[in-house]
Amino acid sequence: MSQVLQTMSPPGDATGEDLSFHPDNVPLAVHDLTVAYHRKPVLWDVDLDVPEGKLVGVLGPNGAGKSTLLKACLDLIPRASGEVGIYGKPYRQQRHLVGYVPQRESVDWDFPVSVLDLVAMGTYRKLGWFRRVGKAQRRQAMEALEQVGIGHLAHRQISQLSGGQQQRTFLARALTQEARVYFMDEPFAAVDAATEEAIVRILRRLNEEGKTCLVVHHDLATVARYFDWVVLLNMRVVASGPTDEVFTKKNLEQTYGGSLTLLNDAAHALAHVVR
Amino acid sequence: MRFNPVGLEGKQGRFALPTLFLIALGLLFCPGTVVGANGPTPHEVADVLLLRNYNTRLVVLSTSALGVASGIVGAFLLLRKRSLMGDALAHATLPGIAVAFGVMVALGGDGKSLPGLLAGATVAGVIGMLLMLAIRNTTRLREDVAMGFVLSVFFGLGLALLGVIQTLPQASAAGLESFIYGKAASMVFSDFYLIAGVTLSSALLGVLFFKEFTLLCFDESFATAEGFSSLWLDLVLLGLVTAVTVIGLQSVGLILIIAFLITPPAAARFWTENLGRMVTLSAAIGAVSGWLGASLSALVPRLPAGAVIVVVTSTVFLGSMIFAPRRGVFARNLRQRRLRKKVERQHVLRAAFEICESRSPDSSHVANLPFGREELLAKRTWKPHHLDHILRTEIAFGHLEREEGGKVRLSESGFGEASRITRNHRLWEVYLVTHADIAPSHVDRDADMVEHVLEADLVRRLEDELRNRGAWIASPHRIPAGQR
Repeated sequence: MSQVLQTMSPPGDATGEDLSFHPDNVPLAVHDLTVAYHRKPVLWDVDLDVPEGKLVGVLGPNGAGKSTLLKACLDLIPRASGEVGIYGKPYRQQRHLVGYVPQRESVDWDFPVSVLDLVAMGTYRKLGWFRRVGKAQRRQAMEALEQVGIGHLAHRQISQLSGGQQQRTFLARALTQEARVYFMDEPFAAVDAATEEAIVRILRRLNEEGKTCLVVHHDLATVARYFDWVVLLNMRVVASGPTDEVFTKKNLEQTYGGSLTLLNDAAHALAHVVR
Repeated sequence: MRFNPVGLEGKQGRFALPTLFLIALGLLFCPGTVVGANGPTPHEVADVLLLRNYNTRLVVLSTSALGVASGIVGAFLLLRKRSLMGDALAHATLPGIAVAFGVMVALGGDGKSLPGLLAGATVAGVIGMLLMLAIRNTTRLREDVAMGFVLSVFFGLGLALLGVIQTLPQASAAGLESFIYGKAASMVFSDFYLIAGVTLSSALLGVLFFKEFTLLCFDESFATAEGFSSLWLDLVLLGLVTAVTVIGLQSVGLILIIAFLITPPAAARFWTENLGRMVTLSAAIGAVSGWLGASLSALVPRLPAGAVIVVVTSTVFLGSMIFAPRRGVFARNLRQRRLRKKVERQHVLRAAFEICESRSPDSSHVANLPFGREELLAKRTWKPHHLDHILRTEIAFGHLEREEGGKVRLSESGFGEASRITRNHRLWEVYLVTHADIAPSHVDRDADMVEHVLEADLVRRLEDELRNRGAWIASPHRIPAGQR
């Protein structure tokens, strides 16, 4: 870890930060964010501005703090310091603007609910405390399921889903949240090709509607095809910006520094990208 | 970290052994006492079952109501994966009872006022719970360590305090230890009010918080992100667990109450995939267990109600575990046996097809030729008598026909089935070799599934790949366009 710290550039170096933005136009503005688990820092002085309407890939090696960044933005884990603004205000005031797709492995898929029940959970916030799911919410959940291409599974029990179907179900739940900015934690992890295509289709559609999507991603080979904005993370933000400017060999070396196999992967990925 | 692909089954499996033990224990006790010289007469049985006796009525209604409350609260506790926390909480109540007794005696009371004792139990239970949370959140010890610690330390402290109190000359502390194992017969009418009140609150809060508890149990971080604070919801849930535990102290006792909280929902889970129905069923199982348990205990002297209740719920659990239609052990085994048989039959058909294929003169057209069982045995390691069994089944099924000389031949439908199975098998094989990195999590090699699981485009590419390798099988029955 300390080696990684030493090889890292000073914060803000590669991001080309322009602080003259109006914060309430910015879906996500992170300032000086530090998160530590039991004194071991996971994120260190993270500064980040994500412009509206971008498909943003969050990349970095294992343990770089990608999921932690998402969770810290959603107030799911305590911050040691720093501020996070969602359209210029703290998250707790802006929940209605945010959709969240947690990691698929974070829940027990043998839970006694149907696929439709699970998707309808995305409408809970709008319902508020104590009001029950009704016809309108179920219809909305059904529409979301059809958008991700598994409408026919609505009444299945969730334990009968394959990995890809589970991921689509989570995505459908996020769609019913009707958010302006989406946080997605590894939606492409271990899914089949058909699901990957379906997720990309949904991402493109959200993008066309002017929504912002922050997606934690692993596969360097697909970055340039899927995302128009990239955040390279390794405890700090190594670089953040448009994909064609930021997704470079130099930045990837800084992000994945030390890990030879990953570096080879990165070089391999770049062979596809570099014009 | 919290991902558990086996889910509830692991938890349920853990209960299987103690359940068997308890049932064995129950069987040892029941017939001996019931049939014994001072066993109940039919008249007495009718009295108890029809609730004619005031005292029996009180006890039976109280334990049934307790069963409803514990069934509802336990369902959420089980799904929240906090079962052990309930157990630790129950054990943590004991020092509270002892201290409350001491305080009441010091204040000049008789020390046996039930509301006072239960208030003490509640306070101690809450302190134990907070201590657990504190240990978990401020140290790097894991939750199970915190629970084990609180459970044993509080229970030990409680036993020590009870011992000290019993040596006090001015007060009779006899009977306090009945909170450990429970003593339903000592209930009075005001106790019933208390139990009914807690049951009603559990039912109301269960309905009111149904949506929120569901979200909390299924996906805690999503609940928090959506503004449903998991801290507050946990406090409501654990508050209910505390209430049920405390009102259950008198009848079931603090050691066995956890079984009354966890066994009904665990049994209910086997029967349904719907959370609402699971909670309702769990409450019903709790109620029936409470009723049967208290009735049995009233009929047979010296049979403690708490133990009988637990034996009854465990019997229900065991029955559910074995006989439940989809999730039960029988159903699962049956499904597995069917699957194994299907796979075996498919192996035979595929081997038969491949024999025909290898002996056909023209590789583009596979002829249906007779073959002997020795040829099949050479293709695969079958036990001869087992292979004969499969062959007989397939002949009965109409996939194979007997030929002279002890040989068999694929029937027309059998040949179609065999070529279909072989084609799909080869498609999957190619798929796994060429696209293994994106293979679905569980590949069902069976049948038409290829087209359903994979995109049409991919299937076409796989078929091309098979053609290149000369392993392509044309569909044997050509269906004219338009008929499909």
